[in-house]
Amino acid sequence: MIVPFGHVLILAGILFLMGIFCAAVRRNLIMIVLGVEIMLNAASIAFVGAALRWQHLEGQVFALFILAVAAAEVSVGLALIVYAYRRTGSFDPARFNLLK
Amino acid sequence: MTVYSIIFYLLAAIILVSTGIAITRRNLVHAVVYLVFSFFGSAMMFYLFGAPLLAVLEVIIYAGAIMILFLFIIMMVKVEASEERLFPIRQWLPIALMGGVYLIIGAVIVSSAPGSQVTLEIALAKPKAFGEYLFQRHWLVIEIVSLLLLIALIGALFLGRKKPGEDI
Repeated sequence: MIVPFGHVLILAGILFLMGIFCAAVRRNLIMIVLGVEIMLNAASIAFVGAALRWQHLEGQVFALFILAVAAAEVSVGLALIVYAYRRTGSFDPARFNLLK
Repeated sequence: MTVYSIIFYLLAAIILVSTGIAITRRNLVHAVVYLVFSFFGSAMMFYLFGAPLLAVLEVIIYAGAIMILFLFIIMMVKVEASEERLFPIRQWLPIALMGGVYLIIGAVIVSSAPGSQVTLEIALAKPKAFGEYLFQRHWLVIEIVSLLLLIALIGALFLGRKKPGEDI
């Protein structure tokens, strides 16, 4: 007997909102990618909790795929950030206005 | 209240507090280290939920590889910690308000939904059973994910290659 399933969902929801807040408020490309990571982690917590709730392995499998997608996303995202830093010399998203 | 529920609430508190500290740090290195703490808490929560293989993978991949990649990037390029200006409060106050409203609505829905009061039972998915399930039922998705990782590797190499005359 651990906890009601709803508490796991509420924890994942709070964590997801923290990720959204980090990605929306911070003015730094690295912090924006970190916010996306927090959101993916919250989703995998909800999936693993659901796997335990229904006693089925499907949720854990999905958490594994989330892990792989997060790794791919972060590698390409950080390469893009380094590329943008070379072009503008800054991490501020407001500086990327080359099209203006 | 059993010992497992006490562990769950402790882990939840640690995860939320360390993530909350991480997203408000100005120094990026501090933020990444606090986030590593948060991911360790998530790994222990996976173990509590009966997923030992996922707990190990979370420590190895999330805390060990992804966060270290962030640290590499932060240390490779010069980041002035005080350079970042936060948005003025009137710009992100609507986000915070709407997020709070969503959170309240979500909590009400979750607590009133049928089945959310079901108490989780202790169970353990052995890594062998997990791996057999994964490779018997989802072998095609494994192949697709490996292709995705290969494409991400090629894309990162292509974006990150140094052009002549640049110095980073």
